[in-house]
Amino acid sequence: MTLATATTRSTKRPPAPDGDRRLTDHGAWFLVLPALLPILVLSVGPLLYGIALAFTDAQSGRTAPTQWIGLLNFRDLLHDTLFWDSFRIGLLWAVGVTVPQFLLALGLALLLNQNLRLRWLARALAIIPWAMPEVVVGIMWRLVYNPDAGILNETLRDLGLGDGRDWLTSLATALPAVIVVGVWAGMPQTTVVLLAGLQNTPRELHEAAAMDGAGAWRRFRTVTWPALRPVALAITALNLIWNFNSFALVYVLTSGGPGGRTRLPMLFAYEEAFRYGQFGYAAAMGCVMVAVISVVLAVHLVGRLRGGDQR
Amino acid sequence: MSVFRTSRPARAGQYVALLAYLVFLAFPFLWLVSTAFKPPRELGSLHPTWIPKDPTLANFRQAFDEQPLLGAALNSLVAALGAAVIAVVIATPMAYVMARRRALLSKAATGWVVVSQAFPFVLVIIPLFLVLKNLRLINSVPGLIMVYVVWTLPFALWMLIGYVRAVPAELEEAAAVDGAGKLRTLVSVIAPLLAPGLVATALFAFISAWNEFFFALVLLKTPEKQTLPVVLTHFIGAEGVADLGPLAAAAFLATLPSLVVFALIQKRITGGMLAGAVKS
Repeated sequence: MTLATATTRSTKRPPAPDGDRRLTDHGAWFLVLPALLPILVLSVGPLLYGIALAFTDAQSGRTAPTQWIGLLNFRDLLHDTLFWDSFRIGLLWAVGVTVPQFLLALGLALLLNQNLRLRWLARALAIIPWAMPEVVVGIMWRLVYNPDAGILNETLRDLGLGDGRDWLTSLATALPAVIVVGVWAGMPQTTVVLLAGLQNTPRELHEAAAMDGAGAWRRFRTVTWPALRPVALAITALNLIWNFNSFALVYVLTSGGPGGRTRLPMLFAYEEAFRYGQFGYAAAMGCVMVAVISVVLAVHLVGRLRGGDQR
Repeated sequence: MSVFRTSRPARAGQYVALLAYLVFLAFPFLWLVSTAFKPPRELGSLHPTWIPKDPTLANFRQAFDEQPLLGAALNSLVAALGAAVIAVVIATPMAYVMARRRALLSKAATGWVVVSQAFPFVLVIIPLFLVLKNLRLINSVPGLIMVYVVWTLPFALWMLIGYVRAVPAELEEAAAVDGAGKLRTLVSVIAPLLAPGLVATALFAFISAWNEFFFALVLLKTPEKQTLPVVLTHFIGAEGVADLGPLAAAAFLATLPSLVVFALIQKRITGGMLAGAVKS
């Protein structure tokens, strides 16, 4: 309804005074089409198709025609404890990565915003996690976590903190170990975004606050944070989505093991679709993931925005 | 100069913190490099060292013997280059329209950019797999390029819109007065000014495609068609056992192009992200 009114309103806009509005409109369509077609065919179309698949019994390599089965996939999902386990792990992972990622990135951004030596080195090093293929990040940390030849256990042995352990295959440590890698991989990007936000905060306000004798913490609370808030909100929301949907890192590190302890929803859905060929069922999982991430995001954004009003 | 006087202990604390960050960021990569140059005897030792005692290139040779790395690198290169060039060529005109006119279309496209970020890939890849299968584009690099083009478009659009906004609209008006059409204006007035931004966007798309794993894993079936990230995972055996030396060597080599390209465009990427973010 609202969409329809918006459409009519925009088409009824008064014509441009120069009179060749229609000509430019044709020109605009001509310019947009090369990108619009692939978007419609390879992104919007497949998305809708994917949602539709969730209501069918589509399977790979089946000869019988695919049939509509309504909500059957979703009913099955409701009773699929493995899926809900994986879902719980996915949320734990997404929050467990996003929060430390944000705090560490904020700390680093605040440091880089100071006039410190070695800033250039931090900037240079931040490139590594950002530019590296996720698969290589996974491989690299496998080498770090390796029980015998890994540097982590060797360092622990050197420090006299015991013999170390097999981090990625023990039930207790697999998920935390994987989360550390997630934090490492995503931190630089968040840092750069926050640093950019910091550099947009009004410097005069800072100086005025300092003149009034406000300490560092008060200056942060009253000047820096209000200015940084929108950026922080946007980047944590994006990180939450990206982390919840992440795949390659954990696929390489643990393939979801041990005993499903690190089986993120994406890994679960991937196996369901491309190992067992259950396309319809996997699509239903995808739909549930979208629904849940939307709810989480809505809560996150509404909560944060309301917090802002109170100040 | 500054009114902020940071006390000496506070400053020292800042340096300690910065140092901790530097160590955290760098040590895994240093360990990867160290492992890549270690002979098997040292890799098997219970007390690994940071600096290899007997540095060797044997791991690199063995990596090339074990897996079709050269072919994979070539596939990656074709896929990444193809995706980057096509994405920038088709995204630039659209970004131009979106930056200059706040029409319904721009809103719809912005909406799509946001939604495409939120949807899990599994929901897109199943239909894509079925469609590409019907077109006989499974297990083919051109099929992968098509997917990568659409996958890199949101960020390419985002960056390009920022760059287009930075070009003053008066220039175009002048060109229009001189009788140049939309396309002429775009090609001969805007494009030259955008060139640095176009290169940065293309390189960013290149890195994204070079690094991409999930689509490649699903769409490429045989080793001779697979890209580097997929081939790298073959070094890890079914039981999770890996020949560490060659694995590290191959991973190190696969990273170099991304690191070099990224170092070249780092400033522009952050600039582009900001340009898009601040003004919309």
